[in-house]
Amino acid sequence: MSTNVADYVRTTLVRRGRWGIGEIVFWLIAAATLYFLPERHLILNEIAIIGLFALSLDLILGYAGIVSLGHAAFFGLGAYTAGILARDGIADPLLGLGAAAIAAAILGFVTSFLVLRGSDLTKLMVTLGVALVLGEIANQASWLTGGADGLQGITMGPILGLFEFDIFGTTAYAYSLTVTFLLFIVARRIVVSPYGLSLRSIRDNPLKARAVGIPVNHRLVAVYTLAAAYAGVAGALLAQTTQFVSLDVLAFHRSADVMLVLVIGGVGYLYGGLIGAIVFKVLQDVISAWTPQYWQFWIGLILVIIVLVGRERLTERVRVLWKGAAGRTAKSPETLQKTSAREV
Amino acid sequence: MLTILFDGIAYGMLLFVLACGLAVTLGLMNFVNLAHGAFAMAGGYVTAVLMNRIGVPFLATLPLAFIVPAILGLVLERTLYKRLYTRSHLDQVLFSIGLVFMAVAAVDYSFGSQQQLIQLPTWLQGRIDILGVQVGLYRSFIIVICGALVVALQLILTKTRFGSRLRAAVDDPRVARGLGINVSLIFATTFAFGSGLAGLGGALGAEILGLDPTFPLKFMIYFLIVVTVGGTTSITGPFLASLLLGIADVAGKYYVPSVGAFVIYTLMIVVLVLRPQGLFERAR
Repeated sequence: MSTNVADYVRTTLVRRGRWGIGEIVFWLIAAATLYFLPERHLILNEIAIIGLFALSLDLILGYAGIVSLGHAAFFGLGAYTAGILARDGIADPLLGLGAAAIAAAILGFVTSFLVLRGSDLTKLMVTLGVALVLGEIANQASWLTGGADGLQGITMGPILGLFEFDIFGTTAYAYSLTVTFLLFIVARRIVVSPYGLSLRSIRDNPLKARAVGIPVNHRLVAVYTLAAAYAGVAGALLAQTTQFVSLDVLAFHRSADVMLVLVIGGVGYLYGGLIGAIVFKVLQDVISAWTPQYWQFWIGLILVIIVLVGRERLTERVRVLWKGAAGRTAKSPETLQKTSAREV
Repeated sequence: MLTILFDGIAYGMLLFVLACGLAVTLGLMNFVNLAHGAFAMAGGYVTAVLMNRIGVPFLATLPLAFIVPAILGLVLERTLYKRLYTRSHLDQVLFSIGLVFMAVAAVDYSFGSQQQLIQLPTWLQGRIDILGVQVGLYRSFIIVICGALVVALQLILTKTRFGSRLRAAVDDPRVARGLGINVSLIFATTFAFGSGLAGLGGALGAEILGLDPTFPLKFMIYFLIVVTVGGTTSITGPFLASLLLGIADVAGKYYVPSVGAFVIYTLMIVVLVLRPQGLFERAR
């Protein structure tokens, strides 16, 4: 009996772990933009970074159910870590990336114990508080961070000693996309593992999860730390590819934006963050070209409408389409986004 | 020293008037309304626009600074907010952040992004010396008004029929509904009233807190601190929390300006981790 269940779970997980055609097409298109959209690499680079950042939020929000309004804390810490290292002469990008991941993971590990307790509101406030404290520190410690002027004088060395960053952002985009892709594979592997399954059961019913013997707190600490490391890497990518860090990376609107990105794309499946990042950036680009100063209004309006129409209903429909696409007809992801945009 | 204490009390009272509506929203319907500051901003702008463009005297604008946000709150509550009471906190957070973004951009569009300055009447300017303590007249005025409001609110809550219904609804909405109390009407009323109070607070605080389109974002965290630290089931909890916050903030900025708001955020995290239900409440 129990082996039957174990077998069933194993086969289900293996089936879920298989790559669908839709997914492969998605990444092929992403890789193809390296050659076909050379004049858009700067914005594509931002999309890849925001996508990674949203992916990290999805790990804790979509898979573990932790509501966070202060995810920018890890993003900002990663950005400052990478930026300060580069300013002080350690110009190797990968080294900076690793250092940023470790710094953010340590902060994530320490603060994860704060979000284990209390209601959603408490978690919200605590995460927000952590981000604000970090923002204050970055503001006050201007000898280290440059304070309100931002961190200047970052010069990056070539990646792996081979690829120099260029002004068109092509190297930067290739770099960000590769890192995002690799981390995506890791995250994908994690969420289809038994560990990922246990996270989902914690999200759906923490009490029951505890009752069937899942060590809830350990799991949450682990995933929070992991997500923090991911966000740190995203921040480091931003710092390295734009060669500038300002207090903006720790600001509240960054935490709010990433949540919005994730919500647009859909919470609880890994492509949500990536698709959301594409839609969000394109929207932002279009709207701010149209009303440069007031694009926030329309973003807010979209948010309100998404919530009123029903977040789950929208993403559920996209997910069904996605499954259909991945399973049978192999539609390209581009058509999927148009569908979701029309339904918004 | 005493002057700082005095300023802190005025600041705290102001925070209380601004935030007490949020306490009711959160306590009564368990709704996380991050857009509360937008109503305060509405009140502030009503006063600023009436004074600067039409030339209405300061005191005469205050009732309108209450009424306009109250009506705004009522309309939004009936049309939008009430659909979201049963939704998850995440939905509520997203919705209210969306509202904040819209409010910030809309105000920026209509009135510009600069600070709105209001000219206080001369009898409220300046400081006087009471027993060797420098006391700002406007701050005394705020303390008197807000103090009166606190007493009035406390009386309404404890002595009137509406107050006991409200308390019943906060304690257990389902049972209250079962006893024939119209909870949704009560909620609409309190929401409007809370928004109105926030507007009044925004108008009174325009001189002290400053008033520009980013007001709701800047002070959101303060309102949330008041509510989460003070708890939501009484009026004394948030009141004490706002006084503490006001005094700590003013004293902190005066004595250790380099540390800034750092202390307050850290304290908030510590309080929330140790007592998630609020500082002044019994654990349930």
